[in-house]
Amino acid sequence: METIEKILPKDFVTDQEVRWCPGCGDYSILKQAQSVLAEIGIKREDTVFVSGIGCSSRFPYYMETYGMHSIHGRATAIASGLKAARPDLNIWIVTGDGDALSIGGNHFIHLLRRNFNVNVLLFNNEIYGLTKGQYSPTTRKGTINKSAPMGTIDHPFNPLALCMGAGGTFIARSMDRDPKHLREILLRASKHKGTSLVEIYQNCNVFNDGAFFPFTEKESKQNETIFLENNQPIIFGPSRTMGIKLDGFKPVIVNLEEGNSANDLWIHDEADPIKASILTRFFDDVTIPGHLPRPFGVFYTETRACYEDEMEAQIVTAIESKKRGNLDALLRGKNIWEIK
Amino acid sequence: MEPVQQKKISRISELKKEVTILFAGDSGDGIQLTGSQFTDTSALFGNDVSTFPDFPAEIRAPQGTLAGVSGFQLRFGSVEIYTPGDVCDVFVAMNAASLKANIKKLIPGGILIANISGFDKKNLGLAKYPEGINPLEDGSLGKFRLYTMDITKMTKAALADSGMGTKEIERSKNMFVLGFLYWMYNRSMSRSIDFFKEKFKGKPHLIEANIKVLNAGYNFGETSETFSSQYEVKPAPMPKGVYRNIMGNQATALGLIAASEKSGLGLFYGSYPITPASDILHELSKHKNFGVKTFQAEDEIAAATSAIGASFGGALGVTASSGPGIALKGEAIGLAVMYEIPLVIIDVQRGGPSTGLPTKTEQADLFQAMYGRNSEAPVAILAASSPSDCFETIFEACRIAVEHMTPVFFLSDGYIANGAEPWKFPKGDGLGKITPKFAEENPEGTPFLPYKRDSKLARPWALPGRKGFEHRIGGIEKENETGNISYDPENHQLMVKIRAEKISRIADFIPPQKINTGQEKGEVLVLGWGSTFGAITMAVKDLIGDGYSVSHAHLRYINPFPKNLGEILKNFSLVLIPEMNNGQLVSIIRDKFLVDAIGFNKIKGVPFTSEEIKKEVLRILGVSVPN
Repeated sequence: METIEKILPKDFVTDQEVRWCPGCGDYSILKQAQSVLAEIGIKREDTVFVSGIGCSSRFPYYMETYGMHSIHGRATAIASGLKAARPDLNIWIVTGDGDALSIGGNHFIHLLRRNFNVNVLLFNNEIYGLTKGQYSPTTRKGTINKSAPMGTIDHPFNPLALCMGAGGTFIARSMDRDPKHLREILLRASKHKGTSLVEIYQNCNVFNDGAFFPFTEKESKQNETIFLENNQPIIFGPSRTMGIKLDGFKPVIVNLEEGNSANDLWIHDEADPIKASILTRFFDDVTIPGHLPRPFGVFYTETRACYEDEMEAQIVTAIESKKRGNLDALLRGKNIWEIK
Repeated sequence: MEPVQQKKISRISELKKEVTILFAGDSGDGIQLTGSQFTDTSALFGNDVSTFPDFPAEIRAPQGTLAGVSGFQLRFGSVEIYTPGDVCDVFVAMNAASLKANIKKLIPGGILIANISGFDKKNLGLAKYPEGINPLEDGSLGKFRLYTMDITKMTKAALADSGMGTKEIERSKNMFVLGFLYWMYNRSMSRSIDFFKEKFKGKPHLIEANIKVLNAGYNFGETSETFSSQYEVKPAPMPKGVYRNIMGNQATALGLIAASEKSGLGLFYGSYPITPASDILHELSKHKNFGVKTFQAEDEIAAATSAIGASFGGALGVTASSGPGIALKGEAIGLAVMYEIPLVIIDVQRGGPSTGLPTKTEQADLFQAMYGRNSEAPVAILAASSPSDCFETIFEACRIAVEHMTPVFFLSDGYIANGAEPWKFPKGDGLGKITPKFAEENPEGTPFLPYKRDSKLARPWALPGRKGFEHRIGGIEKENETGNISYDPENHQLMVKIRAEKISRIADFIPPQKINTGQEKGEVLVLGWGSTFGAITMAVKDLIGDGYSVSHAHLRYINPFPKNLGEILKNFSLVLIPEMNNGQLVSIIRDKFLVDAIGFNKIKGVPFTSEEIKKEVLRILGVSVPN
């Protein structure tokens, strides 16, 4: 992948009219993606956006790159085949909570464990938007919606805990309403070698408006969120006076103004899988008193061989040890006889 | 135990035109290995051969039971051989259960070789013979030439000093049988000895043990008084050339590699293990030095969609399965129809529906290939007719997929997938060329139109990495030429018609249908497809020999049909279509040509015998057939 100079975000805009609902969080994500691609300077022709089905999956039509809009849940599997065949390409998968975690759940976990070098943007709006408002596998229990007029009885997924369990090598969370953070995380994701998974809290202002307001709106954001920074203590709060300390394996909230020192706080370490696992469990219902704030940023990174590289390496080894295959020798096989 | 049927035959060498041997025993007895070794040796000797392995679905069915019986039927001859045989001349029964399950296949007067140790009280009980009854001793096998030998005991004796454990020794008893049959048919053991040397490389004690037992079997034939006859089956008068032995799934794998080499496209094979298709995956994964990429996906859907992704990137995308897996791939195949990119879908058919009969054969997925998707989603369909024909047919399937930018179904089935025959293999140079339809350069300033078509109605294939060709494709209906999303009513009708016409036009690029056996006109046309080829050929040859006006045409191209098929059908008063299903091709033929074709269906998980087809032809001709 060569890089070129001076490609601009507008160069990634297509001639297609963007058809998301006015006010949808997807617009912000599209803008940041176009900006990040311009910044990393990868050629448009070397980039492929792959999506499944859902509101977010219209994304490829709006990116002036190669693109595949596919079928429900299968973007991850399609991208796996594409990356295996063409390791040289820069591949982005755009998916949603229904697409990735419900109908495509199987492919999603297998993508993570194989660690193809691709980027996954998981738009989580905790609802089915395109089909007009049924609950999704991330919808909070008890939520009233079209297919659950008495409230959902499904226990929701904790997406990032699932990703840790599936062996993901880059696990991060951001939100549509914090473009600066989103941009920073997308940049980091694009630079990670391996599958980069970014869960993006995205507001569906039509069917699930305000699902993430505690984390995204000014009044509550400071108290309800942690913005992770590698090698830094975990501090939050409107005047950054709150922190998280590990009591054994149990995270506890401490007040730095009440005699606790910043030196005793949990120092975020992106390379520590145990700590990252605990962080993904910061998933409390915000209505519960004493709940933990929700972390954003990069939870975990790991350097691990990518599937497509190992696949290529086996081919190289096979050619080294057996020589490049010869078709005539293959067809002939080992035991032949002649009829004269 | 003194068998009551023991007969002596004089020590002479008898000449035989063709012989069918059935090896049967417990699935742990190494029956398949014995059969395939005898096949390879006979083929190498110059016989024409045809095989039919028949094994239980369970890997380790309870030992000694009827459920655990594994068989391998092999026909070889100095004449042309089309099928593994309707009945057998020689039957090797390693245990009581295998005798019970297969004795009906042995002709009266046929040779029955029984392993005494496999007929002890325990084995007789497991085979559900009544208490105190041993078929080897009660005279019930009187119409056969019964030879009993204690194969287990003699194997143990041969390996007494080997230091091997009892279990390991017992596992070698199949090699005793093989050695004995090599003696009986005057065959060289060198091919099998080479095989042991390669298979057990680095384990000299196993090489030695197997050779010892093989020799013991051979020498037993030579020295034992019981067996005083050897048989000779001379090489077959086959067309001049160089041959090898090949199994159907192996031929399919080689055909894919050949298509990859001839098209210049890297082969990507997305697959999820399933009987009887998995051997293609096993074979391909051995040939990474051809740049082959095999991807064992997490499920059938990922197997298909990964191949679609690879194809978008410019690979020769192939996915394979058997019926149940194809059902799961249906939506993805529909997507490839919309994408209009090359995709080859291999269906090695087995008995269904649902899990059905995993290790038994059937041809009942033709409707699934033809119609098994939502809405109007036509694809090309080809079917292979014999193990070696899998090579040419899959090569053709790849050519059509790549040159016409379409998904193509390749139908095989358990019978030919696991069957073997001699193959006069081609030279790479002799294979046709496959020319991918890559997008041509655009005149300056004009946009790339991903759905602008050529005279075949194929769209251009623009691979990621090419500047100026960035485009988006999707499963949503597209506007003609631009490929942009379109919900326009007129456009949808146009696109449905174009996609159908694109498949129809393939007929302009395939050879006309020929009559495989018999005259161009006549009373009966037997129209077949797929693995019924051998049985129909034999039946029709016999009938012509008996003076009947019968011809045989065998279809490789099922969608679209060759353009002259309608004319051929009109040249016969009667059209008979034998199929291992409940009447699928017959229904398509009646639909397309308004011909009153007669179906003949066998849905038993086993192939037609030529006798069955012969009788049916005579029946529709109104000739009375004695039963």
